[in-house]
Amino acid sequence: MRVRLFALLLLLSCGAVVGLAQAASTLEAVKQRGHLRCGVSQGLPGFSTPDGSGGWTGLDVDFCRAVAAAVLGDADKVRFAALSAKERFTALQSGEVDLLARNTTWTLSRDAELGFHFVGVLFYDGQGFMVPKELGVTSVAELDGATICSNAGTTTELNLADWFRARGMDYQPVVFEKSDEVAAAYDAGRCDAYTTDRASLYAQRNKLKNPDAHVILPELISKEPLGPLVRRGDDQWFSIVKWTLYVLIGAEELGLTSANVEEQRQRSRHPEVQRLLSVNGNSGQGLGLGPDWAYNIIRQVGNYGELYQRNLGRAPLGIERGLNALYTDGGLMYAPPFR
Amino acid sequence: MLQALLLAAVLGAIVWMFGNALDNLARQGIASGFGFWNERAGFAIATSLIEYSETSTYGRAFLVGLLNTLLVSALGVVFATVLGFLIGIARLSPNWLIRQWAAAYIELVRNVPLLLQIFFWYFAVLRPLPQPRHSIELLGLAYLNNRGLYLPKPILEPGFGWLSAALLLGLVGCLLWLRRARREAGSDRGLRYWLIAGLLLLAPAAAVSLAVGLPLGWELPEFRRFNFRGGLVLSPEFVALLTALSTYTAAFIAEIVRAGIQSVSQGQREAAYSLGLSPGQTLRHVVLPQAMRVIVPPLTNQYLNLTKNSSLAAAIAYPDLVSVFAGTVLNQTGQAVEVIGVTMAVYLTISLVIAALMNWYNRRVALVER
Ligand SMILES: N[C@@H](CCC(=O)N[C@@H](CS)C(=O)NCC(=O)O)C(=O)O
Repeated sequence: MRVRLFALLLLLSCGAVVGLAQAASTLEAVKQRGHLRCGVSQGLPGFSTPDGSGGWTGLDVDFCRAVAAAVLGDADKVRFAALSAKERFTALQSGEVDLLARNTTWTLSRDAELGFHFVGVLFYDGQGFMVPKELGVTSVAELDGATICSNAGTTTELNLADWFRARGMDYQPVVFEKSDEVAAAYDAGRCDAYTTDRASLYAQRNKLKNPDAHVILPELISKEPLGPLVRRGDDQWFSIVKWTLYVLIGAEELGLTSANVEEQRQRSRHPEVQRLLSVNGNSGQGLGLGPDWAYNIIRQVGNYGELYQRNLGRAPLGIERGLNALYTDGGLMYAPPFR
Repeated sequence: MLQALLLAAVLGAIVWMFGNALDNLARQGIASGFGFWNERAGFAIATSLIEYSETSTYGRAFLVGLLNTLLVSALGVVFATVLGFLIGIARLSPNWLIRQWAAAYIELVRNVPLLLQIFFWYFAVLRPLPQPRHSIELLGLAYLNNRGLYLPKPILEPGFGWLSAALLLGLVGCLLWLRRARREAGSDRGLRYWLIAGLLLLAPAAAVSLAVGLPLGWELPEFRRFNFRGGLVLSPEFVALLTALSTYTAAFIAEIVRAGIQSVSQGQREAAYSLGLSPGQTLRHVVLPQAMRVIVPPLTNQYLNLTKNSSLAAAIAYPDLVSVFAGTVLNQTGQAVEVIGVTMAVYLTISLVIAALMNWYNRRVALVER
């Protein structure tokens, strides 16, 4: 952490050289380097977690892979940087990563003051609470006076303070840097409740000694739209990452999957499918990408529904699509037209 | 002259670096400056020596973190010193078992990374303690559970100023009496001598208490739905961090003390024994005063290390400066350059103050050449 911050100071201070280097095209830099550098969380099943053989899995991880597929034509050309909530913004500002996909909530101040652009929403979440069943608590409103564990440097910390204050309720915060530490302390009985984004709670519950002894309370106290973000000042890169997200969502709507995209490219008569897959022309031209960019994303990584199902939808997490369903199914996932 | 030039050059470079950094921040659209200092922080902090709530400012949060750092460092220095001297002396004990034990302690503690030891103590403190509902009760006044040790908290009531003044007066009177008596009577330290000393110490305070009543109340911890509220709380985070810092640094201090003692020549000790001094007296009056000259400079280093190591607090949720300010505040405001700049300046200042104090002390214990 300290090293990274120092690096930031140096980088920021080494004057025009760096200023120019940063302003230069991220796309060119990634191509030259031959791999994408992507910031993810340190171990949150469903979003990003090391799979034991040197690789990573999760929704955020798959998003990074999709960007690599679009830009480099190979979803495996990604180096993941595991970042704590506290470290993530500095890592992106200093150029240590090209892109941050780390279950990060899109807020006004992060978008406007930190020098970032959020590209959209990859997962709609909200802040929830987990408590041991034996406490007999059934609602957040009963937590007056409770000790509550959470992560430092998150929206979680702020929502918690707001929510309790607004209701004249009292609580004792215990704030750790890493999620594993939060889970360990909660498991050791240090806190009455554990609060974070609800999907993360499902993931963290599975890390406890006895997951069945804990319940996740029904209320959500906030909106947590989690999305990928990039540095400001490189519009082309911003567009590439944004449209990678839309390809994932749009592909699901168009019925394109990793299994059928090859066949669809040859057979489909659907004009939008033809356009997206560059059957005639190059849909990636405006982005500075080759004609196969969208095809590579879908072929190598899948569409949004596949990503969701593989990482969050099936056991052990089994999280319902809810707001994350396509707009045609009553959710909020919606991609602009490919035209 | 050369030094002055060098200093000017370094300062110039720093100013240039910061100026450049600000330019670059502006170009990247990152907010800069200290405008955030007076903005509402919006997050809570577990333990604070001063009044603090979610509505306080980032500046206030900075102070809370700073005080927590100073608290754990100051106490850590005291405990590490006491423990370090004891173990250092034990390391040279004529008793084989004590000697080996001290050596084993030093080897073990010095060679295990500090962060690991902090986690060890944290979970060693947390795990065996009961949930709040099954707290261990101590005399109906204090309670111990895995959320901390809850003690009655003294509440100063109006009139306390008078009591403090009276206590101070008593202390001064008592010290004066001790000095006078020592000069005059030399060895006569009978019962009468101590009685008068005690009387001088307590009489003014007693008089004030009789006049205005004892201006001191107690706030007792009281059980609510989840846990005790009120009273004075020693959190597991604080205890674990303090224990880890003290025991870790003590191992290094012990080695310094051993080296210091061994630097005093054996002849001195033999001379003291032949004058009829006991081993304890020899250590206290002959060996240690000379050893201090060797001990103090490296000891300063250990104090600095301890203070800097206290920043590992973030790992176990103790709200020190790095956790609160260089952690949460940095992340909520995103102003890395300002926040890290201030944090570095604070640690530098603390280090310089410790070094200055120790230098002053060092000059006092240094051998006066005649
Ligand atoms: N969405 C929130 C919270 C994000 C967050 O850091 N959550 C933690 C708690 S689950 C986390 O992702 N930890 C994973 C890790 O540290 O590896 C934010 O953006 O501030």
